[in-house]
Amino acid sequence: MNIKLLASVSKSLLLARWKQTLVAAVGVTFSITMFITLLGFMAGLNTMLDNLILNRTPHIHLYNEIEPSKNQPISRATEFKDNYNFISSIKPKNERQEIYNSSAIYEALLKDDRVLGVAPKVMAQVFYNVGSIDLTGVINGIDVEAENRLFKFSDYITSGQFIDLKNIPNSIILGKGAAEKMMANIGDVIQVTTTKGERIPLKVVGYFQSGIQEIDKVQSYASIVTTQKLLGESNNYITDLQVRLKDLAMAPMMAKEYHQLFEIEAVDIQTANSQFETGSSIRTLISYAVGITLLIVAGFGIYNILNMMIYEKMDSIAILKATGFSGKDVHKIFIAIALSIGIFGGILGLLFGFGLSAIIDQVPFNTASLPTVKTYPIDYNPKFYLIGGIFSIVTTYFAGYFPSKKASKIDPVVIIRGK
Amino acid sequence: MEPKILEAKSIFKSFHTPITIPVLKDINFSINRGDFVSITGKSGCGKSTLLYILSTMDTDYEGDLLIDGISMRGKKEGELAKVRNEKIGFVFQFHYLLNEFSVIKNVMLPGLKLAAMSDKEVEARAYEKLKMLGIENEALKLPNQLSGGQKQRVAIARALINDPLIIMGDEPTGNLDKKNGEIVFNVFKELAEVYHQSLLIVTHDNEFAARTHRIIEMEDGKIIN
Ligand SMILES: Nc1ncnc2c1ncn2[C@@H]1O[C@H](COP(=O)(O)OP(=O)(O)OP(=O)(O)O)[C@@H](O)[C@H]1O
Ligand SMILES: [Mg+2]
Repeated sequence: MNIKLLASVSKSLLLARWKQTLVAAVGVTFSITMFITLLGFMAGLNTMLDNLILNRTPHIHLYNEIEPSKNQPISRATEFKDNYNFISSIKPKNERQEIYNSSAIYEALLKDDRVLGVAPKVMAQVFYNVGSIDLTGVINGIDVEAENRLFKFSDYITSGQFIDLKNIPNSIILGKGAAEKMMANIGDVIQVTTTKGERIPLKVVGYFQSGIQEIDKVQSYASIVTTQKLLGESNNYITDLQVRLKDLAMAPMMAKEYHQLFEIEAVDIQTANSQFETGSSIRTLISYAVGITLLIVAGFGIYNILNMMIYEKMDSIAILKATGFSGKDVHKIFIAIALSIGIFGGILGLLFGFGLSAIIDQVPFNTASLPTVKTYPIDYNPKFYLIGGIFSIVTTYFAGYFPSKKASKIDPVVIIRGK
Repeated sequence: MEPKILEAKSIFKSFHTPITIPVLKDINFSINRGDFVSITGKSGCGKSTLLYILSTMDTDYEGDLLIDGISMRGKKEGELAKVRNEKIGFVFQFHYLLNEFSVIKNVMLPGLKLAAMSDKEVEARAYEKLKMLGIENEALKLPNQLSGGQKQRVAIARALINDPLIIMGDEPTGNLDKKNGEIVFNVFKELAEVYHQSLLIVTHDNEFAARTHRIIEMEDGKIIN
């Protein structure tokens, strides 16, 4: 009953000054629109940039590090036990790249519930032969299907079919940069030399572009079998196991576990790419800071307009109080005005923000380094809309609080005497 | 003997800005149901100040004020607002209507606030009051479309909406011409005589005062008669 009455009083006061209240609401609308658009855009870019790395990076990477033996002969000598020993006479051996017992580890990983999939890989250092020049390169021997399923391999193939790697024997997909240097077209046969000195012809079936030029100049892909043949190794020679997890957050813990269990190097994605996470979180922080600043500015607008309204409505407030409205009622009336501005402006802001995001989403965005992206990326995360909505209400509440307090404290005697 | 509805018990008040000046000194009097009382006195003798205290809007005084037998001392702001809403109708010299609302809504507001009746009933009562004051045809206009005399009658209708114990007025005719002043006075008189409404009216107009049932004369913050 009382609420209905106070609401109707608020409404009349608000409508009597609808132009000013509209300006205040437009302020809120503008800031919420920008808030939503900015966050959606930033988050979209973040996801895109992160995916550039994350899609291609295993959550846990298992490999055999070439390390000097920790157990050097000198440390076994009892007479030097308490000394610092820096003589290392045993050097690392070449064959250590291979993961021992790789098929057993592979089976064990596949049985782990937390694991989404495993893609084995054979890395081979090679030279691409271009006329009389040799370019250094790396051939990744991959399980073509697993690689595509887990790491979206096909997204990065700009020409050719990724499955040809599996179907055509002795085939290779060249990094775009490497292919340009070699002037190799699809269907051409190129020559590569292994570190052991063997020269092998491979047929180009496609180009690969990761978006990171340094990689594209060096890396190429072939099937595991082709690479093993290239290296002259048996078919259980595997140098890397790339694990993709169901939950990315588990990676650091599981990496440690695997390191212990398999006695092998295990690097989690967080450690390998910590700079990306820092970048994303700082970009997000900046967007929030800008959005919230806009809202606070809008809040000051509401504060001003309410103050002005209260100044103009002194007489009305005095009459309301003289006829039996309490300070609390007056407070509620003005808070209701502030909140209606906030809610109305906020809802419009959310709608416009969505609209503007949708427009930006259509704007073409072509860049050579990002073959999969055609338009500006936008993240329509409902979280942003929720935060924007809550924030518009909270700021308008606080902007309205002090003027309303002031209105509720107005002494009717002073006003009536002042006439 | 009619019951006392309002009683002032040794009320003192001083203003402290710029220097302490006593404005009301030992005010004692009471009003019974149905009384039509006027307060007169020279300008600056403290009439308005007293009326603001009696209407519970000013709480900064010494002494006690009883309305309907209940002390107003120590009541909270919200409780005093409720007392004003329920028991006191106020008519100012300047009309003080809410320009955002129609005439009828202005009259209804204190009734809606009291919420003793449904909105429909409050509206019906408001029409009744406007009719009694002869301005029912103005009900849907906005206050700034009315003449001064009409506005003051609307203010009286608003003061009447909750059937208050007492109607207080601070020079309600002070801003009106002779003819309109006469109309308003006749309304008060009718309220007092026909409806036994208690009234306490501050006035400068001796002719007006002479026609009320009782005159309280003030001088220099004291009641002298
Ligand atoms: N806020 C205030 N601060 C200081 N002095 C005040 C204040 N309000 C009123 N006064 C003084 O109190 C005295 C009484 O004022 P009040 O308004 O009650 O007089 P009044 O009898 O209503 O006069 P009038 O007939 O002219 O309306 C005056 O001398 C006035 O100067
Ligand atoms: Mg006065």
